[in-house]
Amino acid sequence: MTTLVYLIPVALFLGALGLSGFLWALRSGQYEDLDGAAERILIERDDKPER
Amino acid sequence: MSCCAPGAEMALDLGSVTSILPSSQEIKLASRSLGGGLRQTDLSVPMVHCGACIQSIETAIAKLDHVDAARVNLSTKRVSIRWHGEEVPPFVATLGRLGYQAHLFDPEVEEKDKTLSELIRAVAVGGFAAGNIMLLSVSVWSGAEGATRDLFHWVSALIAIPALAFAGGIYFRSAWNALRHGRMNMDVPIAVGVSLAYAMSLYETINHGDHAYFDASVSLLFFLLIGRTLEHVMRERARTAVKGLSRLASRGAMVLGDDGTRDYLPVCEIEPGMKMLIAAGERIPVDGAIIHGTSDLDCSLVSGESTPSTVAPGGVVQAGTLNLTGPLMIEATAAAKDSFLAEMVRLMEAAEGGRAHYRRIADRVSALYAPVVHLTAFVTFIGWMLASGDWHRAITIAIAVLIITCPCALGLAVPIVQVVAARRLFENGVMVKDGSAMERLATIDAAVFDKTGTLTLGQPRLVNASSIDPTMLAIAADMAAHSRHPFSRAMAGFAGFSGQPKLESVSEYPGFGIEASATGNTWRLGLRGWAGWKARTGGEGKLGGFGATVLSKNGIITASFAFEDALRPDASAAVKQLKDTGLSVEMLSGDTARACGEVAEILGVDRFVPAMLPSGKVERIETLAKGGHKVLMVGDGLNDTPALGAAHVSIAPATAADIGRNAADFVFLRDSLLAVPLALDISRKAGRLIRQNIAIAIVYNTVAVPIAILGHVTPLIAAVAMSASSLLVIGNALRLRGFASNAPARIAPHNRRSRIGEWARMS
Repeated sequence: MTTLVYLIPVALFLGALGLSGFLWALRSGQYEDLDGAAERILIERDDKPER
Repeated sequence: MSCCAPGAEMALDLGSVTSILPSSQEIKLASRSLGGGLRQTDLSVPMVHCGACIQSIETAIAKLDHVDAARVNLSTKRVSIRWHGEEVPPFVATLGRLGYQAHLFDPEVEEKDKTLSELIRAVAVGGFAAGNIMLLSVSVWSGAEGATRDLFHWVSALIAIPALAFAGGIYFRSAWNALRHGRMNMDVPIAVGVSLAYAMSLYETINHGDHAYFDASVSLLFFLLIGRTLEHVMRERARTAVKGLSRLASRGAMVLGDDGTRDYLPVCEIEPGMKMLIAAGERIPVDGAIIHGTSDLDCSLVSGESTPSTVAPGGVVQAGTLNLTGPLMIEATAAAKDSFLAEMVRLMEAAEGGRAHYRRIADRVSALYAPVVHLTAFVTFIGWMLASGDWHRAITIAIAVLIITCPCALGLAVPIVQVVAARRLFENGVMVKDGSAMERLATIDAAVFDKTGTLTLGQPRLVNASSIDPTMLAIAADMAAHSRHPFSRAMAGFAGFSGQPKLESVSEYPGFGIEASATGNTWRLGLRGWAGWKARTGGEGKLGGFGATVLSKNGIITASFAFEDALRPDASAAVKQLKDTGLSVEMLSGDTARACGEVAEILGVDRFVPAMLPSGKVERIETLAKGGHKVLMVGDGLNDTPALGAAHVSIAPATAADIGRNAADFVFLRDSLLAVPLALDISRKAGRLIRQNIAIAIVYNTVAVPIAILGHVTPLIAAVAMSASSLLVIGNALRLRGFASNAPARIAPHNRRSRIGEWARMS
């Protein structure tokens, strides 16, 4: 019982961390262009980042 | 270099599809200001395929002056460019040089797809909650007792709150909306079931009870939301693909002021009396009268006439016609809101046909289902009250009945099938606007086709090439390459070298033809009377449906050309397949009786009505509808738009006029007309699967409800039963993919314009 008192919050915290990570990725537009992201990894960029 | 470095051949292919490149004024008008002198332009670039395309486009455009940044979106096949300054950087020309064709599309409303992000957020929260609650529930089912169980129930109750707020909110709002308008939809029993399950579980938790249904209420929401989100994504994808098609209506026109100034004004600001300059290749923005200039007009999109008509000063032009050969100065006689186009929109709105009254299958089922379920739960409550007199027990069992009948499988039965069906159609280049369109298409028993641009391509084809002297044909093709008249385009395809003299000067006489000089001789290609000025008329003039086009050398006719409107690929196969499935096929056209008769005979169309006005088409469809028929309308022109709106369901090709594309329920992106029987076939199969799914859901209920009424349901049984029925329904829907291999109407990609279909496959 006592282990549960801290194990459940830990489990929920980790889950919530994943959830907030997903929501952040969604908001910052990382799902806008899935096909493009897959291809862009093959493009050699100049040293300066574009944006 | 890459899989898709566009070659010359591809550029040539698309040459016939292109109209003129958007002018820089038009680009400026369509761009949006980001503040600080910065502007953003979004272009649709259908031929972007891979990483190499992204790189070449982005580097080439970023090198231009005044361009700040360019970014390609491969999923939507668009480029967004940020630039500053007064002059528009020549990015369309730059893209053209790289071999990519770019065009402006209808500017989207700035608000991003709010529904989608709301749905995805709801799915994420729902998934998180369902997973965690299920974890705790499993511990309870496997024997957690006393204080531990209470703790687990309390934690579950807490996690369920955000899930109900985010994920449930969508259903509560929709159910409330339906109830307020006195309607019933599937969301009503869902909302009632979920909220009662939560309330009861909370009560049980407070009183240290052993059965709580938090997992049932949250995982139910999660499952249903997945279905709803998939449906939305599918619809949105189809809509984006249709939106990305090039815009055919003109966005503005060069207006000539009294003092000689030239301004590019948007269409809505053009008033009667203004003088406009229309270059060759542009569309007429508003109705007007010609002041100056001669040209040929392509009216096929407006009236359905396949032959271009010649216009001269004093002539009247209709909005939407394409100016082919010569520059024109016209005076506007009507504002955009009174023009032909606006009149078509009004006719369409007035003709809002059967679809407005169509009720979707899911709504019809839920109108019956919800009262039955709620009544059963109520009767159960009364029964247990009378039998045992135990308040708490009677309520618990009644709510268990509600939970077990909560239409999880039923809520998925329809959308899942439609998602799978829409995906199959998408892969074949057919875009579906919404699920109700598929349901309506499955019920039709009559098909009405437009002729020009639908059964035919609206592009002439040279029919007697084999009987013409190759040298003459080569000369004609060389001359034709200088003109954008449809006949010239058709002839230019026969270019080749067979000893013809080199042309020295070429000039086009709008309305007559092309004149060229070569090695001291004067060659003319065009109207018989103009080109063959020395010839006595008669004799050869019988050829072909398009009148006589001839090539002459110093006024003596050397070759005569005959054209016909090229049929859309597989048109006769498509008509035959439709007839085989028991539809009556009819053709309504604005073209002449003779042109219609030929096409009808080749295709085996039973009935046709020539020379129809737009309102005539609507009347014909309404007559059919009054006779008890459900009519499918397939058409592309502006004149078909009211009929597209009036029909029970409508299909338009990608080459259709903008408002036609927006009015139609289905848009097919490839040339082949087999898209029509394919859409019908898949819709009918989908309809069958939907009925099967509903039957499965009802069978599940007839088994599960008696158990619930007798009071034997525990949270574990509810969870297992719900998941099992949902999986069954999803599995059944996926069978639609299996039909792919034996479908008769598999569309082979056709050489030209099939690429438009390919770029639309964005997954």
